[in-house]
Amino acid sequence: MMRTVFLHDIANARSGDKGNRLNIALVCRSPADYAAVAAQVTVERVAQAFSARRPSKVVRYDLPRLAAFNFVLDDVLEGGVNSSLGLDGHGKSLSFLLLEIQIEIESGGKTR
Amino acid sequence: MAGTVFIGGAAGFAGDRTDAAGPLVETLATCDGPRFIMFEMLAERTLALAQLERRADPTRGYNRALDRLLTPILGRCREANIKIVGNFGAANPTAAGERIVALAHELGIAAPRVAVVEGDDIDGVLSVSELAARETDGTVLQRGKNIVSANLYLGAAPIAQALDQGADIVVSGRVVDSALALGPLMHAFKWRAGEWDRLAAGTMAGHLLECGAQVTGGYFADPGFKDVPGLADVGYPIAEVSSEGEVVVTKPRNTGGRVDRQTVIEQLLYEIHDPASYLVPDVVLDLTGVTVEDIGRDRVRVTGARGKPAPATFKATVCVDGGVLGEAEISYAGPNAARRAQLAAEVVAARMRKRVPGLVFRTDMIGAVSVLGTTGAVPRNAQSAAVDIRLRCAAEADTADEVETLLDEVEALYCAGPAGGAGVRRRITPRLISTSCLIERKYAKPRVTMLGGGA
Repeated sequence: MMRTVFLHDIANARSGDKGNRLNIALVCRSPADYAAVAAQVTVERVAQAFSARRPSKVVRYDLPRLAAFNFVLDDVLEGGVNSSLGLDGHGKSLSFLLLEIQIEIESGGKTR
Repeated sequence: MAGTVFIGGAAGFAGDRTDAAGPLVETLATCDGPRFIMFEMLAERTLALAQLERRADPTRGYNRALDRLLTPILGRCREANIKIVGNFGAANPTAAGERIVALAHELGIAAPRVAVVEGDDIDGVLSVSELAARETDGTVLQRGKNIVSANLYLGAAPIAQALDQGADIVVSGRVVDSALALGPLMHAFKWRAGEWDRLAAGTMAGHLLECGAQVTGGYFADPGFKDVPGLADVGYPIAEVSSEGEVVVTKPRNTGGRVDRQTVIEQLLYEIHDPASYLVPDVVLDLTGVTVEDIGRDRVRVTGARGKPAPATFKATVCVDGGVLGEAEISYAGPNAARRAQLAAEVVAARMRKRVPGLVFRTDMIGAVSVLGTTGAVPRNAQSAAVDIRLRCAAEADTADEVETLLDEVEALYCAGPAGGAGVRRRITPRLISTSCLIERKYAKPRVTMLGGGA
């Protein structure tokens, strides 16, 4: 049996910025979920989640020993803290936008 | 040679808590081995702001909280021989060092040997056009704006040198954040260039410490999903590092927060780009083989950092004048608040089209969607009738006059806008634009000067 979860239910995320580039570390709380996240939270899927910010490039680095991924999104910070007119020019809150992605995992898998 | 070196991370940015160091010092005082406490206090723009202060007053330009940071711990650190390493010198490390010597005297503490690390400031060493030719992620420097500050990131070597010369306190300006830990480790363990895996491990330890509580439960709590006990009294981190580069992260007893795999992994990957290639002047750190293990309550072992030879270039951050940011806000509350706020935004837009048609401005509906407003995100639990909404308008321009019109229009909503507009606040903030350059190693000329008891 598969069930649908938000990444927020099974993973942690933290954002950091360098200029107009955002990185988001995505860490599975249980290593058992790593494979499902790896298969479904693709570069294309993440680019789609951030499509309104028009990323020019999305790269995913895999860290299986840590059950983690590092996503690097270029040109998504409205110019970054240098020129964004928004309240969060650093993009520090954007980790929680990534956690809105939904995936399918095996039922009975740990969610916390 | 030392068995284990203990390093406390007492600050993660310029405005961090001034009472974080106390519990760290008390715990470090009970540890057996070389002990250090580091203060990382320079974000990208911090140094430019400090440079502006120094221009206004040549005796300033270092972290304004220096007295409050050090007064509670200076005597205890001297007694227990805990060395202090900080980049709180910002744009004026010499003035900061002199202030520390004076502070120790005022407090009746035996004069510490204070070392000042300089050489990061390259404003004037390279011309604007030379810097522009080395800019890596943009063309900010080609636009001919005034340079406020230009500093390259020094590595750990001058910090280690200062400690080798007997410094009790090392004050720097711009150094790589993690060098505040690697410097003490190179000093204590006699690590040298070529021992890449060890230099990588020391850099990793510094990276875990450099944001203070971000590894001990700060910046982590998400109630119901990731709970953190005692967050109001979160303990700041201590790294215990072996001569082989094994790192254990922990925190002082009787403090809040948590140290476990989850908190440590989040910080391990913070502000990383390629995890196989994290560049600092001393080494290239590869995190892909790292293992993170819970080994006890609030104790996590981190091993497996690998190093590659140091890069040929140093990174520099250059800040230029960025004009001003103007912001004004007004609140609408109760029934139909969202529609009144929306109408207010339309009124401002219509007025601005006539008065300053060229000025691009942004509006946010704080309380409905503000931070994620331009991501296209739809709130999962969208409420059609928010209790209250705060309309925010923001614009940037070269001068304050150009954005005043927008702020005036928001304020004018008081009498001429929709019903119930309340609580206008407006402000104009000078902006600094920062950019990055890659600078050849030959321009990095660190200098170490001893003050006070070390003179």
